[in-house]
Amino acid sequence: MTRIGRHFLTHAAVVVGLLGTAPVSVPAMAAGSAVTPKSVDWSFNGVFGKFDHAQLRRGLQVYQEVCAACHGLRLVAYRNLAAIGLSEAEIKAIAGDREVAGDPDEDGEPTTRPALPKDKFVGPYANLQAAKAANNGAAPPDLSLLVKARAGGPDYLYSLLVGYVSEAECKKRYKDSEGKPLVPADGQYCNTYMPGHIIAMAPPLLDEGQVEYEDEGAPKATVDQMSKDVTAFLTWAAEPYLAERKRMGIKVMLFLLLFTGFMYAIYRHIKKDVKGNA
Amino acid sequence: MSTEAHGAPRNRTLKWINDRMPIVSMVEHTLYYPVPRNLNYMWNFGSLAGLALIIMIVTGVVLSMHYTPHTTYAFDSVERIMRDVNYGWLLRYVHMNGASMFFIIVYLHIFRGLYYGSYKAPRELLWWLGVFIVLLMMATAFMGYVLPWGQMSFWGAKVITSMVGAVPLVGDSLTAMLWGGFTVDNPTLNRFFSLHYLLPFVILGVVILHIWALHTVKANNPLGIDTKGPQDSIDFHPYYTAKDMFGVGVFLLVLAAFVFFAPNYLGHPDNYIQADPLKTPPHIVPEWYFLPFYTILRAFTDDWWLFQLLLGWWGMTAKLAGVLAMAGAIVVLFFLPWLDTSRVRSARFRPMYRLFFWVFVADCLLLGWIGAKPAEQPWTLIGQWATIYYFAHFLIILPLLSRIERPKPLPYSISQAVLGGGGGAAASSASPMEKSG
Repeated sequence: MTRIGRHFLTHAAVVVGLLGTAPVSVPAMAAGSAVTPKSVDWSFNGVFGKFDHAQLRRGLQVYQEVCAACHGLRLVAYRNLAAIGLSEAEIKAIAGDREVAGDPDEDGEPTTRPALPKDKFVGPYANLQAAKAANNGAAPPDLSLLVKARAGGPDYLYSLLVGYVSEAECKKRYKDSEGKPLVPADGQYCNTYMPGHIIAMAPPLLDEGQVEYEDEGAPKATVDQMSKDVTAFLTWAAEPYLAERKRMGIKVMLFLLLFTGFMYAIYRHIKKDVKGNA
Repeated sequence: MSTEAHGAPRNRTLKWINDRMPIVSMVEHTLYYPVPRNLNYMWNFGSLAGLALIIMIVTGVVLSMHYTPHTTYAFDSVERIMRDVNYGWLLRYVHMNGASMFFIIVYLHIFRGLYYGSYKAPRELLWWLGVFIVLLMMATAFMGYVLPWGQMSFWGAKVITSMVGAVPLVGDSLTAMLWGGFTVDNPTLNRFFSLHYLLPFVILGVVILHIWALHTVKANNPLGIDTKGPQDSIDFHPYYTAKDMFGVGVFLLVLAAFVFFAPNYLGHPDNYIQADPLKTPPHIVPEWYFLPFYTILRAFTDDWWLFQLLLGWWGMTAKLAGVLAMAGAIVVLFFLPWLDTSRVRSARFRPMYRLFFWVFVADCLLLGWIGAKPAEQPWTLIGQWATIYYFAHFLIILPLLSRIERPKPLPYSISQAVLGGGGGAAASSASPMEKSG
């Protein structure tokens, strides 16, 4: 008499099973006109996923030397970089390069001071208006949560970074809303993975060696490699506890499996004195 | 095994308390009250819903210690919880996904009630209290989704609160009252936070009434027949407490799978973008558990023939019709005891109703699926027919079925069906029981 009950359990088991094996840590929805992003085998994918700290540090370097010219990272503090293996001195050095507003001095005049590890990443623009003015009226988005704020997550961001196409290619491949070949306007660029294919950001990563990886054993700084590294770094920035979460998740699931098994055994044992379903 | 077996407490302190306030007897009654012996796993969802409510209240109270209900700080305070509060990410992800789990559980609980006729006499009041709980849950969940002040928070709030403006004459003043101003802004966020904290305790109160009513009329069961004596029942404890604990384990496994491995799977990426009143997202979609109702709301377009035929010509706007239909989708549940007048409760003995029940479930899933689609053809058209079917199920099919359906013969009693006819006798059809009865 427990057909429905059994069905439910079967489905629940399937759901749990699927979740246990599939790398589904990011939103998997696809927007209207978006192209499915390339699927990358990230180190942080899957239930055992964790960050590759060397990669995150390379990504930090790409962010600092390229992205930070236009994009802020306002929710991440310099002190957080300790979590990806930077020393206190390195953190102080990175923070100290930037100025932030200090306390008013004795005469009540505003002051500035070098940023400290406790401060959040200092953005490239003084305010939103400045950001807009410098970028044809559209402020570049802050990158702290970008990976979680885009359908496709890290796969999407990586694909976008390597998905630029030439104007000629653009005309050939894509149509505008009236069905004519798509031509990017002045100050616009064509990108396969941007919904609508038109993007205001110039291709940020162009040449091999644009950033010099100095660590021993670091891979060559190809455009592909830099795109992967900075995407991994921004995934960490958006979800700094991802690895801890998954590690804890394994333990919790194991405990709960045991707990549920015991509870089932107890239930079966108690049920023995009653006929019927109980 | 009945309540009488557990008399007044023997312990002197407990007896002293019990003589002045019979709280010990009450707990005993709760634990040892007689429950039909034949409940299946679909009866696990009541206790699970209670657990989900407790999880939501506990995580919510702690989250509120760190949250700032101000348009300037709300988004960042949630991110501070995610980054700087110890295990804040865990609290928030449990709260976020707990809401979804709460709705899955309650929806299954409702469908269980529909399948086994749990809304029929003498359980009407129990059912109504349940419908009232769902309404409160929806209000609470809707306001909770606004609090992180992301893009979907803001625009979802804007779309849904603007619906109130469709009310004739007082619509604009009502909307202004809801907003605390002339648009969704800081006063809106503040009152939503206040109410989001208040309503769960109202829900808790109604849940207590729901359980009280349950203990008065006793649980329904898969056969849908009344218990005829002690042989039909067993004590809640330990039999169903043990079974419920197993259910709790399964539920926590599912919740943990989402929280730890796919915490944002049921959410929308746009809500990780801070609310921007000047930038409308391309698709505004509510949380998944509202999608069927969202489809019903959007089904009413100015050019829909049904709207023009029924309502449009006497001056009602499509917007108001949509709002009323959406509210009606829940309100119609209140009238179920009068719409379905068949005296047989369980769908197990109602072959036609059983078929239509599953068609109805499919229709609800279809409504949900359409809700996530943009307001374009063919989705709008499918959504409109699915909406018609939703209401037709309650207003036409159920009353008709009650008249024309010939139910299968009911077993004489639960114990006879369960014990008399052998283990599998009552598995799917009533015919073996005809012989034994």
